[in-house]
Amino acid sequence: MILGRRESLTGRVLLIILMVVTLVPFVSLFVTALHESGTYPTGISWPARPHWGNFVEAFRAADMGRLLASSLLIELGVVPVSLAIGTMAGFAFGQVRMRGYQFAYFAFVLGLTLPYEAILYPLYYQMRSLGLLNTRWAIILPLIALFMPFSIFWMRAHFVNVPRDIVEAARIDGANMWQSFWRVQVPLAMPAISSLAILLFLWTWNQFLLAIVLVDDPLKRTMAGALGAFQGHYGTDIPLLCAGSLLILTPTLVVYLIFHRRFSTALLQGAVKG
Amino acid sequence: MAQHLVGWLFAAPAIAFYVAFVIIPLLHTLQYSLYRWDGIGPSTYVGLQNYAHLFSNSTLLKSILNALKLIVFFSVIPVALGLLIASTIRRIAASRLAGFARVIIFIPQVIPLVAAGIIWSWLLASNGLVNQVLAAFGLKHVTRAWLGDFTFALPSVGVIGAWVLLGLCTLLLLAGMTKIDPEIYEAARLDGAGPVREFFAVTLPALRQEIGVCVTVTVIAALASFDIIYISTQGGPGNATMVPGYAIYYLAFFQREVGQASALAVGLMILVLLFILPIQWLTRERKR
Repeated sequence: MILGRRESLTGRVLLIILMVVTLVPFVSLFVTALHESGTYPTGISWPARPHWGNFVEAFRAADMGRLLASSLLIELGVVPVSLAIGTMAGFAFGQVRMRGYQFAYFAFVLGLTLPYEAILYPLYYQMRSLGLLNTRWAIILPLIALFMPFSIFWMRAHFVNVPRDIVEAARIDGANMWQSFWRVQVPLAMPAISSLAILLFLWTWNQFLLAIVLVDDPLKRTMAGALGAFQGHYGTDIPLLCAGSLLILTPTLVVYLIFHRRFSTALLQGAVKG
Repeated sequence: MAQHLVGWLFAAPAIAFYVAFVIIPLLHTLQYSLYRWDGIGPSTYVGLQNYAHLFSNSTLLKSILNALKLIVFFSVIPVALGLLIASTIRRIAASRLAGFARVIIFIPQVIPLVAAGIIWSWLLASNGLVNQVLAAFGLKHVTRAWLGDFTFALPSVGVIGAWVLLGLCTLLLLAGMTKIDPEIYEAARLDGAGPVREFFAVTLPALRQEIGVCVTVTVIAALASFDIIYISTQGGPGNATMVPGYAIYYLAFFQREVGQASALAVGLMILVLLFILPIQWLTRERKR
């Protein structure tokens, strides 16, 4: 098996190259963040005197504390509601399969390909006439709707494989169905729901387009939207921009590294199903 | 009978949200696309004129062509490289190094695209790491401010997308490969197949579905790209990196040509469907 061993060596080398290509940009970001604010350093160079204070300065300039609070508020508005109504609809389309459900389901599936840009201006107009422009609701309400195609697709894929005992039990009335949904179906669906929760959390956190168009105040935006504003303000001060970007990235990276197994499982499954 | 009604009640909240914040705005986009409108004053019905402009206006046409070119970087390169890498590391997929690599390779998929844009804007700047590396290899004469260069700005933006999507594609394809029965590989080896023939005879056909997924996700990312462009080039220099996503935003909110922006939005939706539907049809397993 000489061939096999050589292949495994090539594989290892390739893996290491891939990791380096992934990580080096972050290293460059980090060492640049340590240079004196306002200077224009080169790619990767260790500063004569590292300016750790840049992180403090960026923390203050970006108002990190309030940014985190804002992003969490938006998450709270989006994720639980999306999970609840997405699971309910997934149950209806996967288990109950009422007459004519195919049309509604098809309309949702088509929405999987919808570029958010396509409804950007009407959303802006709609939020303005509802008086919600520049509030977090302007991000929360459309995001719930835009997440429905994937949430329903995902939850239906789960429910379609659950035996239809409960629904098939004759003469079940609405109240019983409601109870059996919450007491039996939802607990059984927990693995699918928690993966969906991770994906929705991440997509909300990283949502940029809706944040910059519908909300002017960076402190009412998502993390990604705030990062865009930070670049607008400090784009010319490279070390400070790098320090700020790293800070804004840190919560995501910490959460990811703790839950990386769940994240990558969810993202890989999510892509396959989407 | 009651069951049907209850079913619809279960679906009702989702349908209500979807209709209110996706379907109705979508119908408005369709409606606006037939008018000339600045978003404030009165509007004039112009029929399909805004759609005709998509082909006659050089900026609009260029934005669509740029999106098509980005498919090469966002889709073709990550999928091809991902296939190459995944089939090379297939045999060591269970090793500790591979487990560690999996965590690292996924990071670009977790961070916001905006962050990737900021990081790479710095790497590709005239003082950035890319030029530093080129100079170290004696290629100082090719160094430049990559994102400000008329010829290289679009490929540079493409490189950012490829960096973001390569890890996802590699891991997806690897996950597909580990599902292939090892005995098929043994049989291929016994028949004297080398790595190359093995790849084309065994791996590639078995991965049809995973490849379909990678292509779908990455093509949508290419055609609907916005975040990276917004951060790194804003469509410039000139229109060198203008894409439909950014053009829609710019037309609607800065040029106040809502009708034209809406026609481009409809065009973009159709373009995405034109790519995605055949891909889905070709790669889905015939069982549903």
